[in-house]
Amino acid sequence: MSEMTKIVKTTANILFPFTMIFGLYVIAHGHLTPGGGFQGGAIVVSGCALLLVAYGSSWVFDRIKDKRLAAFESLGAIGFITIAFLGLMFSAVFFGNFLAGSGSLFGTTPATGSTLADFNTGGVLPLMNFAVGVKVIAGLFVIVLVMAYASSTKEWG
Amino acid sequence: MEKRIIAGALVLGIVAVFFLFSVLLIHPFGDPGQAQMDDYIITHTQNETGTQNGVTSVVFDYRGFDTLGEATILFSAVTGVLLIFRRVRH
Amino acid sequence: MIEYIPYIGVVAMILIGLYPILFRRNLIKIVIGISIIESGVNLFLIILGYRDGGVAPIFTSLPPGTTYPEEMVLPVPQALTLTSIVIGVAVLALMLSLVMHIYRKYGTLDVQKIRRLKE
Repeated sequence: MSEMTKIVKTTANILFPFTMIFGLYVIAHGHLTPGGGFQGGAIVVSGCALLLVAYGSSWVFDRIKDKRLAAFESLGAIGFITIAFLGLMFSAVFFGNFLAGSGSLFGTTPATGSTLADFNTGGVLPLMNFAVGVKVIAGLFVIVLVMAYASSTKEWG
Repeated sequence: MEKRIIAGALVLGIVAVFFLFSVLLIHPFGDPGQAQMDDYIITHTQNETGTQNGVTSVVFDYRGFDTLGEATILFSAVTGVLLIFRRVRH
Repeated sequence: MIEYIPYIGVVAMILIGLYPILFRRNLIKIVIGISIIESGVNLFLIILGYRDGGVAPIFTSLPPGTTYPEEMVLPVPQALTLTSIVIGVAVLALMLSLVMHIYRKYGTLDVQKIRRLKE
């Protein structure tokens, strides 16, 4: 993809920070409101794809390396598995929620029924949301970036 | 060429008939019937996982293995795309 | 009969997705058909778990007077639909990559011309 006109670039410049903030909000509040790691990651990647359309794939490819993104994707997967094994260590069940109700980090138990949002709840779920969010952002963005770059150049594929 | 279209129409018709008959056997829309597991999850998700969001508690806690398999599939897809579009040296 | 209309919509969606797989020869159209079938399956999972007048199973500021679990939709089909959507995205990316690769090697997207070996 080649770069587009100044109008598209300016619009992308205005829209990109709001898209990133909204996506990160959806990831961070995945245990309180509709959303989670996958959905927020998809929103962030849609913002990055907007940048890719506006500025062209070679511009983005010069700044963000695909190998680094693939490393981030593996990092998210390793974090997810690590939290699952920590559940095996501390609560004797794989994927056990060892932080819920413990009173420490994310350990508050909410009242039953309709309550207000308390961010310090959920046990390991916010951590897993974060790990999966990193994984989905890096994974989907490396897919979009590599496909866009390979369709514009001849030396790939 | 004519045979191909006839065979395709036959497959489409057979699939449509099977699906439309199986529609009549499913429970009606808006009444799931047997839902003890989902009722347990809705009732206990705040005490057991401390989460307000029932869907997230199912995804990451009650059915974490499904999410593990899904993460594996996403990883394999990324690996496959990166393998297909590798840099070729001439 | 009125309560079966969503299921009939699902059947129509799957048949619409099956049509280009059976009759079209362009690979991009076949990929679009597979994607429509995925959407039909997702819709099927969602409407399996719907309750009349139900709200989403999220307790943050529920509408007042909601009795749970009777007035909440089932959470497990929704979670499985979430899984299914991400798997669909991954499969779609892989399919489109293969189609791009095939077009670069053969110069065409017609399945009957791809069938021969590359000379």
